[in-house]
Amino acid sequence: MIEIQMPRLSDTMTEGTIATWHKQVGDPVVAGEILVEIETDKAVMEFEAYESGTLSQIRVAEGDQAVIGSVIALVDDGTPGTGDQVSATAATVLAPGPPVPSLPAEPTTAAAAPTRLLASPVVRRLAREHGLDLASVPGSGPGGRIVRADVEPLLTHSAPAAPVTQPLPPVPDPTGTLEAAPGREADGPMDPRGSERVRLTSVRRLIADRLTAAARDIPHIQLTAGADAEELVGLRRTVNEHRTAQGRATLSVNDLLVRACALALREHPDINASYVGAAGPGDAPQMLRHSRINIGIALASEHGLLVPVVHDVDQKALGHISSQIREFAALATTRKLRADQMAGGTFTVSNLGMFGVETFNALINPPEGAILAVGALVRRPTVVGAEIVVRHRLNYTLSADHRIIDGAAGAAFLATLTSLVEHPWNLLA
Amino acid sequence: MTSMTYREAIRQTLRSEMNRDNDVLLLGEEIGVFEGSYKITQGLLAEFGPKRVRDTPIAEEGFTGAAVGAAMLGLRPVVEIMTINFSLLALDQIVNHAAKIYGMFGGQTSVPLVIRTPGGGGQQLGATHSQNIELYYAFVPGMKVVAPSTPADAKALLTAAIRDNDPVLFLENLALYNTRGEVPDGEIEIEIGRAAVTRPGRDLTLIGYSRTAAVAARIAEELSTSAGLDIEVIDLRSLRPLDRPTLVESVRRTGCAVVVEDDWLTYGIGAEIAATISDGAFDHLDAPVRRVAMAEVPLPYAKSLETAALPSDADLVEAIHQTLDAVAHRRLPQGPRP
Repeated sequence: MIEIQMPRLSDTMTEGTIATWHKQVGDPVVAGEILVEIETDKAVMEFEAYESGTLSQIRVAEGDQAVIGSVIALVDDGTPGTGDQVSATAATVLAPGPPVPSLPAEPTTAAAAPTRLLASPVVRRLAREHGLDLASVPGSGPGGRIVRADVEPLLTHSAPAAPVTQPLPPVPDPTGTLEAAPGREADGPMDPRGSERVRLTSVRRLIADRLTAAARDIPHIQLTAGADAEELVGLRRTVNEHRTAQGRATLSVNDLLVRACALALREHPDINASYVGAAGPGDAPQMLRHSRINIGIALASEHGLLVPVVHDVDQKALGHISSQIREFAALATTRKLRADQMAGGTFTVSNLGMFGVETFNALINPPEGAILAVGALVRRPTVVGAEIVVRHRLNYTLSADHRIIDGAAGAAFLATLTSLVEHPWNLLA
Repeated sequence: MTSMTYREAIRQTLRSEMNRDNDVLLLGEEIGVFEGSYKITQGLLAEFGPKRVRDTPIAEEGFTGAAVGAAMLGLRPVVEIMTINFSLLALDQIVNHAAKIYGMFGGQTSVPLVIRTPGGGGQQLGATHSQNIELYYAFVPGMKVVAPSTPADAKALLTAAIRDNDPVLFLENLALYNTRGEVPDGEIEIEIGRAAVTRPGRDLTLIGYSRTAAVAARIAEELSTSAGLDIEVIDLRSLRPLDRPTLVESVRRTGCAVVVEDDWLTYGIGAEIAATISDGAFDHLDAPVRRVAMAEVPLPYAKSLETAALPSDADLVEAIHQTLDAVAHRRLPQGPRP
């Protein structure tokens, strides 16, 4: 019997969610075949069988979570072993649902009796450890409760089924961090909001953790600037006319802005940096200045916010940047973005212009040092010389980690960016 | 070792700490010329003078606040509040100032303050002067609350409290002042936050603090002689921090527990103990944790009614027997237990 364990599929993964079982109980499994798709904190990954056999048991159902290393299935390869016993690690399954084999004594007797069997906690533990069926034990405690004295004579003849040398759990400290009990359902039918309880996906939990950390730990400074985007719009129109004629995909305003950010970051390397703090107690805090300019593109997908990273943007042509972002967007909709495609960013661009949002503040994507929140292109009456004319304008807000980036440094970066937007032919150089 | 009363142990500790450290000073009502309502500070004004033994007006909030300020500036004031009932008048100074200044001001200054005050009913002092409200302070993060039950612990814990850099409420008890015990000579100190197993046993864990720890120890001895019971007694000694591991480890061995407390049952100290045991020793419990506490009434003045309202020896023995009956104690084999 082979235990299939929840694999570690990314550095930050602590548990995985079973997305799809490709095999059902009883199906033959050949080494190299896809057994299951697992949703990690970053993406959905396929998991292959390493050895052949027959899938004999599924311990974690689709949609349920399990921590790394816990048994999610058993494959029968003809060898005897763990399959018949309840694996200790199976108990680490986080969510209800999987048909975990019932523990001895308790559930079977409880199911047989119409009323709950009364037994003190220590009796239940002893019954569990010794495989004792409590249904046949008369209780002499208050109300017929089975107490230790009732079961102890029965135990002396049978050795414990499992060694009882397991270390006792540590004494709980309820004054420490409050952890919600897993699986606790607080909202009953009395909830006046008519709420439905929805478990967070791995992606959503990662977003929640990262953004909580960002909001809590990073002192954000926010600087908003605006640019006359008339030239940028004109340049894009001209370039796209030629690209359309050649049958090539068109460039977006965002593609141009990502390129502009890369060039501005090259001029202002102090923005392309990460705060790392002290390596250990007593060490001096540190920051990292990144030599490569890798820009994350915040993509809204139905599965949540995903941030794939275009590497070395300052060294790539606009067409190359554009095609890479388009490719990432396609992967994001099918949840096929790999973890390595979302790693290594040094700066992020988030654009909500397509929704008509004109300005907004973004939270920094740790461990990066800054993020640019880009608003919508809007036509505004603008003073040019002595006249008022209608021209395109664009607003963007830089959120920077104020521990390592001063307001003046951020403002200088924005001035360079504005200059690039207003003189966009520099983006082609 | 020297045999002395609880009262003498406290007085000698105050005296030796004042001799050791010139920053230690005493404040309180009637502690100087009158030498203390319970004569704890007898002789100290004559020995140390009015600068270090200060009689204060009847204004608990004022002199407790003054002591908080003195502590912030580096002195080690020991305030006597005549009984814990009067600490209600200083509640804001204790809860909102002494307990919070260190945290709210980013650790710029600690508050090495000791508040000595006796609790205890049964002296026919009426409802407002007979309360056991140490819970109010044990509830507050930032406070430490110690509650010795013997002269030796009184010496060791008062020494630790005076030397501690955080505010400590040192709970005394009117019924304990005249109790006598052996006290080690020389300096002794107990780490604040450690309970003591004052009597090891296998049948049941009996838990008390201050006066009720002394009652628990006595009842356990009596039941050992009269009924052959082997009861383990734990003296909490510190209500905050609470020594949860000692409680849990004991009940993991005995499988059942009784708590005896001098406060009211509902929301009392015993409730926290029972919850701690339920958390840490659930799979070892053979019966629910029982609590013995004061009747839920303002304590009557009439002696007969006062006696009826306070937890009695008989109440405690009854709770112990009920718990042992519930676990069918007499039928348990006498060897080591799983």
